[in-house]
Amino acid sequence: MLSRMHILICGGKDCLSSHSKELRDEFHLVLSELNLLDEVRLVMAGCFGLCSQGPIVVMTPGETFYSHVTVADIREICEEHVVKGNIVERLLIKEPIDKAKIKNYSQLKFYDRQRRIALRNCGQINPTDINEYIARDGYLALGKVLSTMSPAEVVAEMKKSGLRGRGGAGFSTGQKWEFAAKSVDDVKYVICNADEGDPGAFMDRSVLEGDPHSVLEAMAICGYGIGSHQGYIYVRAEYPIAVERLNNAIKQARELRLLGKNIFSSGFAFDIELRLGAGAFVCGEETALMASIEGNRGMPRLKPPFPAVKGLWGHPTNVNNVETFANVPAIFLKGADWFKAIGTEKSSGTKVFALGGKIANTGLVEIPMGTTLREVIFDIGGGIPNHRKFKAVQTGGPSGGCITEAALDTPIDFDSLVAMGSMMGSGGMIVMDEDNCMVDVARFYLDFTVDESCGKCTPCREGTRRMLDILNKICAGNGTLEDLDLLESIANMVKDSSLCALGQSAPNPVLSTLTHFRDEYIAHVVDKVCPAGVCSNLTNYTITDKCIGCTKCAKNCPVSAISGTVKQQHVIDLSKCIRCGACKKACPVNAISSKPLPKEENK
Amino acid sequence: MKSLDDLQKLRDKAKRTMDMTDLVDGVRIQVGMGTCGIAAGARPVLQKFIDEVAAHNLHNIIITQVGCMGECAFEPIVEIVEKDGTKTTYCKVGKRLAEEIVEEHLINGNRLDAYMLSTIKR
Ligand SMILES: Cc1cc2nc3c(=O)[nH]c(=O)nc-3n(C[C@H](O)[C@H](O)[C@H](O)COP(=O)(O)O)c2cc1C
Repeated sequence: MLSRMHILICGGKDCLSSHSKELRDEFHLVLSELNLLDEVRLVMAGCFGLCSQGPIVVMTPGETFYSHVTVADIREICEEHVVKGNIVERLLIKEPIDKAKIKNYSQLKFYDRQRRIALRNCGQINPTDINEYIARDGYLALGKVLSTMSPAEVVAEMKKSGLRGRGGAGFSTGQKWEFAAKSVDDVKYVICNADEGDPGAFMDRSVLEGDPHSVLEAMAICGYGIGSHQGYIYVRAEYPIAVERLNNAIKQARELRLLGKNIFSSGFAFDIELRLGAGAFVCGEETALMASIEGNRGMPRLKPPFPAVKGLWGHPTNVNNVETFANVPAIFLKGADWFKAIGTEKSSGTKVFALGGKIANTGLVEIPMGTTLREVIFDIGGGIPNHRKFKAVQTGGPSGGCITEAALDTPIDFDSLVAMGSMMGSGGMIVMDEDNCMVDVARFYLDFTVDESCGKCTPCREGTRRMLDILNKICAGNGTLEDLDLLESIANMVKDSSLCALGQSAPNPVLSTLTHFRDEYIAHVVDKVCPAGVCSNLTNYTITDKCIGCTKCAKNCPVSAISGTVKQQHVIDLSKCIRCGACKKACPVNAISSKPLPKEENK
Repeated sequence: MKSLDDLQKLRDKAKRTMDMTDLVDGVRIQVGMGTCGIAAGARPVLQKFIDEVAAHNLHNIIITQVGCMGECAFEPIVEIVEKDGTKTTYCKVGKRLAEEIVEEHLINGNRLDAYMLSTIKR
């Protein structure tokens, strides 16, 4: 359900005794009278810890706290606040609230910031039962499109919505559909790109597993708009549950004649088949993907001609990403204007991010474009665990870059991320703290691209390999300042001369860490130390006076290199230490750091 | 599907089932079964709910799998949706907790505060 507002009713034990259940029932009654149940979600929240002011009702977005709410107040809240957007002053909590004292503040943030469009049904409906999708207005958009709109109107509506592709580059979906619609051919194809190869991204899998029909419905709408009768979903074989649920969904849609011939008696025919990929990253690139569907080796080709002109088997083809498609039925149900009003001017709607790395709440979040990284990482994601300091966040996977603390307050959209030297990519968001070595991070992504390069063009095949060699040399402690220059010049060469976006973007993690964390590179090559204590050849752990003598490090050391008594500062014997980092991980007060050795000990 | 009308009829029927309109005291148990949920052990939990509900001879209970809610770190996640729409989200549900949810929440009507997502997620 596309709720625009959440009403959180404190349901802690104490407030339950002050009738929060009755409040809920009354809200339910009034909202249903006002026909607002679809737009407003009632949530029984955990205790807010403001029991003396209870029962508490919080309205989000906006975080309006109402205190001492009684059943008699509810009509006014609904009519004034929900309908007209006016705050009911007399119910506002009297004392200024100290956010730090509010219990479960994170749940509030969680509801306040998130807005679910692409994930609207995920976790809410049984994905194996088409009836549950239909109960949630599924296929209504398709019905509406086929009964009341012309293909040109479909494309125009799509353009108006401002939806941009969620698979990587953020190209206007409406424009893409328009190109395909304008290509003249009896045979055209719609492809859903479900290859999802970015390490750390899993939003497409979630949509396919939790709401497969939304993708099928969107593909049929697209087919009608561009004049295609056949769709393919290219999904990786490593997603067996998604494959099973998609197959089941296609079968059920065919049975109800929502796929097949003469859908909604409109004369329009559309069918969808699955094509399984073997899980090569490059096959997510649209021209390689089409080669793979054709039965050839998955290698990209030069564009133009673009797929919209000459795509699968030489016919005009429209390729969109899973999440892009998942937005489409909602856009046609609620209208392009509704969608356009969400997000920022140039990036409408929401984006799903897969939060991972050093963050308390890993998982998927869907937020309106324009939310800041700080809100995503600290408010929704719960911040960095274990009292570590935030260092950087990596977006865009192996094609993206690192964003530092200085940019945390920039509103996120397609263009701002590019301006920060990264990109949206598919929406992976890996958070890094002071224990991550940025040289090692760059090496990790490059290792991935070296593996995944298809080998067709030389810059990508040989250039990335050479860059990885240099990074390995630096991490091993044998790097020089000249290596940094060489690394940068090869990176720029690979970027400028590779055939496809895999090679063109592969140097990004290296270039962005070189820009933002050059001091770490220099520490590796000049001081011969890895400040984060990751590269084992360059790590010399010492225990600082922050040590509280809890003995955890000594207990976790596999080679008994740490000595010390309880409540006293411990000491590491570097001649025994194998630089495994177990002590650093175990330390609750972050007292273990990696320092350069005095010169004479530096071999 | 022949017409928009057909679809709307089917939708109304499906909505009644999903909203448990015709069930007295209906309860829907939703077990998160995306890859993340299954990997965290949701399958035996779903089975446990089926067994427990049968063992206690409870009626008007719908047990269903759903996709991932996005809170992957707290899987397996189980949501109890009551007929009036009240939703309680339990996280890290194992077989023992499943049993407790059936006995405490469903039978005795006490929500288990300590295992609710909003409580655990600080
Ligand atoms: C190396 C590489 C990998 C890609 N992987 C994916 C992918 O896994 N999923 C995806 O939707 N798009 C991927 N893309 C982008 C696609 O080429 C294409 O732009 C996209 O599917 C278009 O859909 P959209 O406009 O809806 O974003 C990849 C691109 C490159 C260069």
